[in-house]
Amino acid sequence: MSIEINGVGKQFGDFVALDDVSLHIPTGQLTALLGPSGGGKSTLLRIIAGLEHADRGRVQIEGLDATHLPAQKRNVGFVFQHYAAFKHLTVYRNVAFGLEIRKVPKQQMRTRVNELLELVHLSQFADRLPSQLSGGQRQRMALARALAVEPNVLLLDEPFGALDAKVRKELRDWLRRLHDEVHVTTVFVTHDQEEALEVADEIVIINEGRIEQIGTPDQLYDEPANDFVMRFIGPVTELGGRLVRPHDLELVVTDPGDGHYGTVRRVVRVGYEVRVEIQAGAETVLVTASRSQFQDLGIAEGSPVWVRPQRGAMSVASSQKIPVAAG
Amino acid sequence: MVEARRRQPTALRWVFRAIVTTYLFLLVAGPVSLVVRHTFAEGLTDLQGIAEDPDVVHALRLTVVVALVSVVINTVFGVGISLLLVRYEFPGRRLLSAFVNLPLSVSPIVVGLSLVLVYGGRNGWFGPTLEAAGFQVVFATPAIVMATVFVALPLVVREVVPVLQEVGVEQEQAARSLGAGSLQTFRRITLPTIRWAVVYGVVLSLARSLGEFGAVKVVSGNVLGQTRTATLVVEEKYLNFDQGGAYATAFLLASISVACIVVVSIIRPREQRS
Repeated sequence: MSIEINGVGKQFGDFVALDDVSLHIPTGQLTALLGPSGGGKSTLLRIIAGLEHADRGRVQIEGLDATHLPAQKRNVGFVFQHYAAFKHLTVYRNVAFGLEIRKVPKQQMRTRVNELLELVHLSQFADRLPSQLSGGQRQRMALARALAVEPNVLLLDEPFGALDAKVRKELRDWLRRLHDEVHVTTVFVTHDQEEALEVADEIVIINEGRIEQIGTPDQLYDEPANDFVMRFIGPVTELGGRLVRPHDLELVVTDPGDGHYGTVRRVVRVGYEVRVEIQAGAETVLVTASRSQFQDLGIAEGSPVWVRPQRGAMSVASSQKIPVAAG
Repeated sequence: MVEARRRQPTALRWVFRAIVTTYLFLLVAGPVSLVVRHTFAEGLTDLQGIAEDPDVVHALRLTVVVALVSVVINTVFGVGISLLLVRYEFPGRRLLSAFVNLPLSVSPIVVGLSLVLVYGGRNGWFGPTLEAAGFQVVFATPAIVMATVFVALPLVVREVVPVLQEVGVEQEQAARSLGAGSLQTFRRITLPTIRWAVVYGVVLSLARSLGEFGAVKVVSGNVLGQTRTATLVVEEKYLNFDQGGAYATAFLLASISVACIVVVSIIRPREQRS
């Protein structure tokens, strides 16, 4: 049940949302479309679902040309950021909706809906209205509703974006486990790189209507194709005109010969991590170290220090000067 | 907000209440209650009088039929126009929106005159053609219905449009992605969502349609026992010094409208609480 996207383009007035995007999404995987807001990832997802139509290009779902197929004939499950719960229907009827449309026999429907409610841990809420559920519960209901019709693909548009941090994290783990159980080809949109790295089998980085890179979380983190991906996927700092991860840098108090000399400008401790800002010539370099590493150095603000990349550290040429991304 | 209200000095609060109550009494409650008092000034004789007058009974029946037909037409088109205005982008959308609200700002008598200009039997645009085909519009029931539909046109739209705007399209899109066609989506998702807005629009339209006077007076011809509606009866009786009959008919008209509004306001909160 793979998804094949070929040369898809979409414009809203003068704004180019997608510019000649081609992408193969393999069967049974959990794929994340990751990128900054307004980059076109949601538009791509909505084109796959048939909620939006491409100006150019083709979409194939399961080998079937779906380019001109209306949404209701694509058999995709779609989960919205703001749940899109049917407010006038109970949780049970929400989940049963797709089955009612398909005229599934009553008995069979009841079994299926109860099964799904069990799966999303909402069995005891079957008779409630969506307004009586919490955000996380509503989103789980929306997921069950989308899964009820046994879709070829499951599409989620920033599914956890409206939830608070804790629930978000729970649901994220839960989605991963659910996918391991259900194995439906799943595509989800997110602008949160941590979420994508943690949950997805494969990540597609989309920016300004184009695909920047496709790869597994490890590939993207270890071998970013360009400085955009490098910046987007994790914290970066600049050293000698190249982008480096701050945790790939080390500090030395005696001149190692291959280091950059500077002075400690600021030290911030966040939990187990210490962030040290070094003024090295014109550059402000961010180095993160563990608390014990930092204490062993015995430095403080104003101390002279040398910065150098650790052995095996990856770096990417910085195409333009931007301020240090402290993160 | 509750805090702020509590902090206001009690005396001032009472003054405000008194002003509002007096204002509403002098403007609305007082006059209407006088109609009721006059209706029952001689017990039930006035009501009995109009109930036994076949012309009045005919007028009341005509008014009810016209109002019901108008409400049905305005409900169907009102919901349709609302969907068009909210869910679709097309050139001239704002112009259409302005046109829908026009009846609120145009005097009903102008509406009546313009209908005569278009459908008038002698020199209207379509009138002579229609009349030649044996279909009389002006000075007959069709024109009364048209005039009534015109004046009550915006009422359903104005109730439904804000609700449609507020709920957005996501529920409908979710229904689509679950396999529902446009008709199924409308019946199962859109309609239940706007249900109360439609009910309110219908009640307002019904009240407005029952009470329409100016436009109907121009287009109906006011033929006794044929095209005279209840509001025209009230005027006729009043001018002919049959004040008892006028008040009794007015009372009947008003009580239907009040009953509608009372019924709706009783059932609506219950629905929302559940």
